[in-house]
Amino acid sequence: MNIVIKGARILGGDATDLLLRDGMVAEVGAGLSAPGAEVVDAAGLIALPGLVDLHTHLREPGREDAETVESGTRAAARGGYTAVHAMANTEPVADTAGVVEQVWRLGREAGHCDVHPVGAVTRGIEGRQLAELGAMADSAARVRVFSDDGHCVSDAVIMRRALEYVKAFDGVVAQHAQEPRLTEGAQMNEGVMSARLGLRGWPAVAEEAIIARDCLLAAHVGSRLHVCHVSTAGSVEIIRWAKSKGWQVTAEVTPHHLLLDDRRAEGYDPIYKVNPPLRTAEDVAALRAGLADGTIDCVATDHAPHPVEAKETEWAQAAMGMIGLETALPVVQEAMVDTGLLDWAGVADRMAVRPARIGRLTGQGLPLAVGSPANVTLYDPSVRFSVDPAGFASKSRNTPYVGLELPGRVVATFLRGRTTVLDGKLV
Amino acid sequence: MKRHLISAADLTRDDALLVLDTAEELAQVADRSIKKLPTLRGRTVVNLFFEDSTRTRISFEAAAKRLSADVINFSAKGSSVSKGESLKDTALTLEAMGADGVVIRHNASGAPHRLAGWVRGSVVNAGDGTHEHPTQALLDAFTMRRRLGDLSGRKVTIVGDVLHSRVARSNVLLLATLGAEVTVVAPPTLLPVAMGDWPCEVSYDLDAVLPKSDAIMMLRVQQERMNAAYFPTVREYSRRYGLDAPRMAQLPEHAIVMHPGPMNRGVEIAAEVADSPRSTIVEQVANGVSVRMAVLYLLLGGSESAIGTPGAGE
Amino acid sequence: MNAASKQAEPAEEPAECDLRHVAGSPGKAVLEAADIRRALTRIAHEILERTKGGDDVVLLGIQTRGVTLARRLADRIADVEGRPVPCGSLDVTMYRDDLRMKPARALGRTELPGEGVDDRIVVLVDDVLFSGRTVRAALDALNDLGRPRAVQLAILVDRGHRELPIRADYVGKNLPTSMRETVRVLLAENDGRDAVLLGPKDSLQGAQ
Repeated sequence: MNIVIKGARILGGDATDLLLRDGMVAEVGAGLSAPGAEVVDAAGLIALPGLVDLHTHLREPGREDAETVESGTRAAARGGYTAVHAMANTEPVADTAGVVEQVWRLGREAGHCDVHPVGAVTRGIEGRQLAELGAMADSAARVRVFSDDGHCVSDAVIMRRALEYVKAFDGVVAQHAQEPRLTEGAQMNEGVMSARLGLRGWPAVAEEAIIARDCLLAAHVGSRLHVCHVSTAGSVEIIRWAKSKGWQVTAEVTPHHLLLDDRRAEGYDPIYKVNPPLRTAEDVAALRAGLADGTIDCVATDHAPHPVEAKETEWAQAAMGMIGLETALPVVQEAMVDTGLLDWAGVADRMAVRPARIGRLTGQGLPLAVGSPANVTLYDPSVRFSVDPAGFASKSRNTPYVGLELPGRVVATFLRGRTTVLDGKLV
Repeated sequence: MKRHLISAADLTRDDALLVLDTAEELAQVADRSIKKLPTLRGRTVVNLFFEDSTRTRISFEAAAKRLSADVINFSAKGSSVSKGESLKDTALTLEAMGADGVVIRHNASGAPHRLAGWVRGSVVNAGDGTHEHPTQALLDAFTMRRRLGDLSGRKVTIVGDVLHSRVARSNVLLLATLGAEVTVVAPPTLLPVAMGDWPCEVSYDLDAVLPKSDAIMMLRVQQERMNAAYFPTVREYSRRYGLDAPRMAQLPEHAIVMHPGPMNRGVEIAAEVADSPRSTIVEQVANGVSVRMAVLYLLLGGSESAIGTPGAGE
Repeated sequence: MNAASKQAEPAEEPAECDLRHVAGSPGKAVLEAADIRRALTRIAHEILERTKGGDDVVLLGIQTRGVTLARRLADRIADVEGRPVPCGSLDVTMYRDDLRMKPARALGRTELPGEGVDDRIVVLVDDVLFSGRTVRAALDALNDLGRPRAVQLAILVDRGHRELPIRADYVGKNLPTSMRETVRVLLAENDGRDAVLLGPKDSLQGAQ
């Protein structure tokens, strides 16, 4: 099936046509046509490389009531993603070749986007013994990103060993930076709001101390470190410093940490409860600046589906996390593009190019040029919409943006030349 | 429009004075042979207690009964709640029973906020986690006003575990609303790290604050803090932040000593201080009923509530 | 918060809110200060006659203007008899049957004289007698405060339209009114001058 995309603005540039043939971008230029090709009118739309998420919770196996590989990847495609990294904190944990291959196979069968399983760093994400990292790397899933996400690899020796060990297959350890003793029972960012609301504080230093330690460890053993969901201004500073030293440190920020701050907790609605917690407006500003100047490499959703009952409860008892795949690009437009901090080329870099590079994906995050795999997202930045989770493809509804007006709409997504989303609907 | 009393910040100065003035009138009922008013006849007040607190529950129960309300006591122990029923399902049960007012005590901060979004009745916060306890603050203010007169410009010192104290939070807010000058005194470990918007002064030095205090309120030291490195030993805490007789002597002659109870005698307050004429601890308990009557009357007595903030989702 | 933001009908409206007396057309004065003075003097004498010298009498004014009237009556009786008469105030808010028709309101003071009311002849005093519901509430309140030997009712203006089997023992002035009219009693202590006004409902109640 050949597809001609007419009049798209690649990375926000001048309107042009793209011919997708045999899964590749075959031609780029004005006035393209091909006999029998499907024509997609993309007048006014931005064309981006298919988005890549480094941090997605698909919940399968184990919590299929919240999300499945099938439903989660549908949500990803609707959000403009052509590849996601499925986090390891499933039940059972993705700490063996068997589990990661199962998730990888489910992703292939669903076919809405590529699914790259993340392997657990330690067995059962318990932080004590290394999981079989090499077996997962060598499996059909070809795991390159390892993370105990949800838990911090807090033991310095285990972290050091993991960083060293994954060098053998060019892997990366993605750390969930949270010093456990400083965050026992923690509920929200420790600051003025937590003091007023009487919720146990979650200090920024609990994140920053681990990031600083891990940067030093990565430097010491010459390994790659990736920092998950950076949430504080201090973290940005530490990462900026580590990068200035030439160390191999990368970092991600979530859309919600770019848009929301801890004042949201005011009404105790746990829809705003997330790990790491929403921080202050000053932190949000520092995260935006860090993403704009490249200190933070990429946007990762930390899409974390939860069933309704996990959020319809007291704050302290509620589950942590928010869904984000279907709102990521609009939130980034609102926080970064419409504020003038990032152009569309920058968005492509932070949401496709760099995450693919960190995950060592070969066929994703490449420029929309002749010869690249035809992974394309068409996006209309000119519309505005009110977020209504009823229309989401995700099985869960725990979006913090409900009722909020956001810009933009993913119109179409193409995965290696195949249409996964057209006119905003799954194909 | 239904209204709730969830935070002391829900009360304007006029609201707070209305509660205190009303409580002053209702206090007379306690001295009559017939300690009952027909005002809330036919209204149902549910005491929803997820945390053991006999004194607060009894106080609310007495208040509601003196106003002739039907009172249903619902305590978490031995009920469906201890079998894992969610707060939301409990709320739906209360709705089905037609509760006009729900008095909730819960160990989770913010539980009354959540409940207010799920029930039609007025919600009264009887203490939520480490957040607030607004009726305690009202009865404390009532007690102070009776002993000291108008509170504007009065200097009130609150001593102890401010970080975890719902009594302290509500008192700081309400006393500031009423024009008092509040100082909180605690070891730095028991103060929030950021108190930017709290309308009070902060001190680590009790002895420096004593001579300029019109009222001093001692907070209870919770058992679980004693083993969590907030302070080295109970003895050291008591020596630095406890109120004993020599310290009490540093207070101005008219100053009163308060404690929300239950006390740890010998820890935050010495027995001779607790039992001294300056102590208002027993009065505070008695005043609790009058103040809670006033709150229930003003929230439930009329066609709409006379105090408090509009509820969520309405 | 304003207690008078809604008018319940047809329950009687004690003249309790000063706002109503300020702006707008004030209505027609049917009693002037001198008339009120004469009426109260007469009632004082009637009370003394009917209670055979008033030895056991306790005057209880119903908040707000009833309290003022009770004090004036007490003063007059004292002038005549040369000894003070116990006088107190009664707030009936908590006993009203129309509580739920308006926002909860501030309470007035209930203050019984030191002698209490047990075995006394209690004379309830109010400004206007209309539906009788306020007096009903006052009787209920009194019932919770003690056991008087007898209860009597003194009223400055009886405007008719009773909804309960209640009548006054002492009446300053019978004033035939229509339901479309409102009676307002102004007293110097509360309102700056003495007068009884009769006007259409709108002119007196709609002043806010």
